[in-house]
Amino acid sequence: MTAKITLAKGLNMGLRKAMEDDDKVLLMGEDVGKLGGVFRITDGLQKDFGEDRVIDSPLAESGIVGTAVGMALRGYRPVVEIQFDGFVYPAYDQIVCQVAKYTYRSQGKVKMPIVIRIPFGGGIGAVEHHSESPEAQFAHTPGLKVVACSNPVDGYWMIQQAIAHDDPVIFLEPKRQYHADKAELDESATPEPLFSSRVVRTGSDATVLAYGPTVKTALKCAEAAESEGRSLEVIDLRTLSPLDMAPVYESVRRTGRCVVTHEAHVNLGMGAELAARVTEECFYSLEAPVLRVGAFDTPYPPSRIEEEYLPDLDRVLDAVDRTFAY
Amino acid sequence: MSDPASPGSDTFGPDLAEVFGPAQSDGGPDLVQLLTPEGERVHHPEFDHDFSAEELRGLYRDMVLTRRIDVEATALQRHGELGIWAQLLGQEAAQIGAGRALRPQDYVFPTYREHGVAYCRGVDPLRLLGLFRGVDQGGWDPAENNFGLYTIVIGAQTLHATGYAMGMQRDGVVGTGDPERDAAVIAHFGDGASSQGDVNEAFIFAASYNAPVVFFCQNNQWAISEPIERQTRIPLYQRALGFGFPGIRVDGNDVLATYAVTKAALQRAREGNGPSFVEAYTYRMGAHTTTDDPTRYRLNDELEHWKLKDPIERLKVYLRRNGLVDQEFFDDLDAEAKELGHHLREGCKALPDPQPLDQFGYVFSEMTEEIAAQRDGFAAYLASFEGAH
Repeated sequence: MTAKITLAKGLNMGLRKAMEDDDKVLLMGEDVGKLGGVFRITDGLQKDFGEDRVIDSPLAESGIVGTAVGMALRGYRPVVEIQFDGFVYPAYDQIVCQVAKYTYRSQGKVKMPIVIRIPFGGGIGAVEHHSESPEAQFAHTPGLKVVACSNPVDGYWMIQQAIAHDDPVIFLEPKRQYHADKAELDESATPEPLFSSRVVRTGSDATVLAYGPTVKTALKCAEAAESEGRSLEVIDLRTLSPLDMAPVYESVRRTGRCVVTHEAHVNLGMGAELAARVTEECFYSLEAPVLRVGAFDTPYPPSRIEEEYLPDLDRVLDAVDRTFAY
Repeated sequence: MSDPASPGSDTFGPDLAEVFGPAQSDGGPDLVQLLTPEGERVHHPEFDHDFSAEELRGLYRDMVLTRRIDVEATALQRHGELGIWAQLLGQEAAQIGAGRALRPQDYVFPTYREHGVAYCRGVDPLRLLGLFRGVDQGGWDPAENNFGLYTIVIGAQTLHATGYAMGMQRDGVVGTGDPERDAAVIAHFGDGASSQGDVNEAFIFAASYNAPVVFFCQNNQWAISEPIERQTRIPLYQRALGFGFPGIRVDGNDVLATYAVTKAALQRAREGNGPSFVEAYTYRMGAHTTTDDPTRYRLNDELEHWKLKDPIERLKVYLRRNGLVDQEFFDDLDAEAKELGHHLREGCKALPDPQPLDQFGYVFSEMTEEIAAQRDGFAAYLASFEGAH
């Protein structure tokens, strides 16, 4: 059976499927119950699965994540929603000191199958703290896995895979994409592994690495470049920790050029790690240094100028141009 | 500027000094006590228990052995066998009273000082030393004894306890009326932790969901160098009411009272009546840890005052005065304590050090390729020194 769905719908369907498949799966967060979440990702789930499994929490992020640790210790698989990226910081201690370290502390005796869903990224005209990209903070933390979906079909599969996974997963959802585009979902298909990158457009002249909201930007960029006679390969990284570098190395060895784009700040962002690894592994194939296109190292600006802050098609194309100038 | 330790009256609301007691009042009128510091058995209308002679001897034995664990571990640290040790001297009654009130199906979330509770749960005290020696970060399996791993970040475990209790609710093991089935959680923390956001969030979650958790605070008067007055203006147990559940202050140096109060609180939770707060009013007679020097911040008079309230001495007096023990009991216990000391001294030195490549294990449920590559790279690097002089 196939249907055209949005990312929001894909996530909703994926959560529903995960809850049907395993009664240990619980959802918890602010407004996830009756309201269905401020983005409606959990719409209808409390009605169907009850208040014991879809839990409206007090407004306390550390409390949400800390109690999820206790539920995991009791054998549950909590999926918690952080309402917006900028609200994750009160839970940062529980995530970094407890969620990420419990398995190591217990020498593998304790598993932490917790999914922390975070709507991330900007472009929705929001006020401060509602448009951030904190992925590097979590990818830098051993013991956490970090993934980012970019499209409705991945949303459906990846959320189920993350919930079924025995380690904690920071699950990043590009909120700008929630209701933006529709895609055809075939529920009978076999998904790719969760921790794998994917070439979403083949090309031969340069490789563009993207994840989450910038995948769409990179694909548009490739279309524009094609009209100028340049063939760009676009890779949707999907997993940020661990990184799946094999498709990246294979691509860059062919193209000789690499541009990374993300909405997060450039300084010590994912692009820095990707550039270092590509340089280590593809040094003799590179025609130009790996270039990064991301947010400036400034706080997220007032929304009327956010499009000047976020990496867009022109800024990515400009970076591609610069790799050809070497 | 007014004295911050004594809230005065003003025109805004009631006189706080009349509503609340001072934070530190040597117990205060609400203190639940069943055995006075002089070893006199007193009774309480609400919290009491008819202790058999065997129970009393058992509690005494538990406290003596717990103190022995602490003394041995402190000595091992002095001899360089442990990097650090968090001493519990003076808190034996609070821990044994709470520990013995538990049933096997209950679950404990400890701080890093709950050596007496660990002992009650059947955790080999030798396994506690691993963390302080630096060979592991908690060597026991939490599921084996329903005793969680020591938590170093102050107060973080109170949320885990609350979440675990919420899990118990969902498992249908609360309020069924079956004493073998109904279970509760106890969350240990201290007076310092009561200031942490996580502890306050745990109170809110537990109250909101009516979770079967007992918040057991050992108020030992000091958070390293900071006295209780820096954490609170009112007695801690009085805070509970503001969160929507009862708070009781018990003499934490009285093992009988601590046992009776904790037992009642756990039973209340198991029956589905929700969380409660127990403030075990006690004193940290030792240092915060072996790296601390309490003479820099507190007076010896205070320590001498609390020595008169020693938790072990008062029960010893009671047992002797009532003819519940003979010399053989003390001789046997002494021999048992010596045996325990030997076990810890010899066992500690024999704890195997982790090997360099062990650090790569258990980051995740299965090793990732990234970490495996780092491990292999480090192994090759180490191997490159083999045979070198």
